[in-house]
Amino acid sequence: MTSEFAVEMQDVLKQFVTPEGGILAAVNHVTMQIKDGEFFSLLGPSGCGKTTSLRMIAGFELPTSGKILIHGKEMSQVPAHLRPVNTVFQQYALFPHMTVEQNIGFGLEMKGVGRAERSKRVSEALEMVRLPGMEMRRAKQLSGGQQQRIALARALVNKPEVLLLDEPLGALDLKLRKEMQLELKTLQREVGITFIYVTHDQEEALTMSDRIAVMSKGVALQIGLPEEIYERPADKFVADFIGETNFLDGTVKGQNGSTVEVDIPGTGLVRVESSRTFTNGQQVSVAVRPEKLRLNSDVKEGNNLKGRVEDVIYIGTDTHYGVRMTGGQKVRVREQNLTQAQKIIAKTGEEVMVSFTRTSPRLLTE
Amino acid sequence: MLKFFRRSKGWQLAGLISPGALWILLFFNLPLLIMLFISFVERGRAGGIKIPPVYTIENYRLFFNSCSSAFSGPECNPFLYLGIFSHSVRIGLMVTFFCILVGYPLAYFMAKQKQVWRDALMILVIIPFWTNFLVRTYALKSVLATEGLLNSFLMNLHIISQPMNLLFNEFAVVVGLIYGYLPFAVLPMYTSIEKFDYSLMEAAADLGASPRRAFLRVMLPMTLPGVVAALVLVFVPVVGAFITPDIMGGGKVEMIGTLINRQFGVARNWPFGSAMSLILMLLVLIGVVIYFRSSTEETRRGI
Repeated sequence: MTSEFAVEMQDVLKQFVTPEGGILAAVNHVTMQIKDGEFFSLLGPSGCGKTTSLRMIAGFELPTSGKILIHGKEMSQVPAHLRPVNTVFQQYALFPHMTVEQNIGFGLEMKGVGRAERSKRVSEALEMVRLPGMEMRRAKQLSGGQQQRIALARALVNKPEVLLLDEPLGALDLKLRKEMQLELKTLQREVGITFIYVTHDQEEALTMSDRIAVMSKGVALQIGLPEEIYERPADKFVADFIGETNFLDGTVKGQNGSTVEVDIPGTGLVRVESSRTFTNGQQVSVAVRPEKLRLNSDVKEGNNLKGRVEDVIYIGTDTHYGVRMTGGQKVRVREQNLTQAQKIIAKTGEEVMVSFTRTSPRLLTE
Repeated sequence: MLKFFRRSKGWQLAGLISPGALWILLFFNLPLLIMLFISFVERGRAGGIKIPPVYTIENYRLFFNSCSSAFSGPECNPFLYLGIFSHSVRIGLMVTFFCILVGYPLAYFMAKQKQVWRDALMILVIIPFWTNFLVRTYALKSVLATEGLLNSFLMNLHIISQPMNLLFNEFAVVVGLIYGYLPFAVLPMYTSIEKFDYSLMEAAADLGASPRRAFLRVMLPMTLPGVVAALVLVFVPVVGAFITPDIMGGGKVEMIGTLINRQFGVARNWPFGSAMSLILMLLVLIGVVIYFRSSTEETRRGI
């Protein structure tokens, strides 16, 4: 039996007993489908259940209830060494007593691949991660970035059905991390293997993934394309966790077709386009990204609210403004520095107009 | 003048080293030289050596051919001492083997516990050291005796109808030695296992290794320094042991240690005893050299 899905988690629950004797649901009834050949990221803060989910797919943890299927085959209770997946560990977990060649060849050796064939495939794998000729080195003699590539080669050389990556770039410095992000993405496209990638870095997830599952407290809050997650976050947590978001809390005053009127106390009335229906008096958050706010540029048919600049941060490509609205809410505005003249729009202490279109915000209930 | 000595690093170092160095020189190296000297001279009539000394290699020849003595009769077995020697090595290997076999899982179990339990278990392993070795051996003897704890227990349960002969044989000696030296095997292996990173076992499983193969290919090689340290720490003293074979063997089990002990006691043959001691030392030395040759600096530190 095959399936279009590489991995399926069906209502998976994983409970742990805490040291205090309580029961903690690290993964709380999660259902998700990961398509074949997809670069799929599990994104969330530490303790959200993303690593536990990955470990259950790898077979290091068994679910308390629910099913895990790999290419349609039930794997929930199959031990790790019999699963058609391989893992790149956060700390690489290279065998320190073996050479690079023995490390990479370990999986093949376990499968009973002969010495000659093994050696050939090891050097191919080293070629692939751009570290040719490293066979005789020991893991400890390599830099962090090199160890990372060896760990990748050690997993990929087995041609797994699914490659699991547990924050593999976490230990690298920023520059190397950026490089490896692109490299991993390219590599994934080349080998065509499904990647499941665990990270707490939202930018990393957005850069690399075909689809993302945002997790919090053991629950998958939203599963979707990067742009869906960013532009149409399902709730306040997702909106806040992915990128930066301004929240203007208010009350629904009326709805005229798709236009919803929200009163932001002290700041004024805001009109937002929404496909959903709200009732008058309902508490909502107007969530709008900093880059979708404009300073002192009258937006036609939009919202124009008053505030006072509290701080100005110039960061080259952009200038960031912190604006205190008349109602006391603080928003951040990101203006791109397109021309030199535009460099600074307003100074600290100046009164400004904050504007945005009706379509830019999302209306979120808790 | 005094100021000069204080300032000089070399003198400071010498000052720190000299007490220990003198101690070793006086009480280890010098006696060793005396032993070497005695092993090459003829014995005195009432122990000690013949004065003035008469040089000979007879003591060494006697070891390799026990019939080279003037007193040997026609029924003489020329390999008597060599036999005892190889027997000691065999007992030593057996005890070491069982100590590691029992000690490794124990050390593993200890290392797997939470910190509080680990410390408690460690104390349990070390506690026997606080009791005199002789007392412990006698205690074990009373357990294994014909009318002892074990036999009466099994008889009362009607598991056996006749008391078993558990004492004054090789079995008793081996049990006694394992009992005495198990902690020496557990401690170094525990140190190695505690440092072992279990995520490597997950990595091995991930790459398709069954638990057994993961253990043989990853955990065992990485904890091998502890195992080898246990091997040396148990084998060396066990081969030369003389108290345990004496008490548990009741004089019926001869080991190289008891043999040497006797040369300086009732047999009053100091030169022969010295020669055998040196041969035993040489054997141990070869063992240690093999250990250091087979391990690198890194694996010895257990990294």
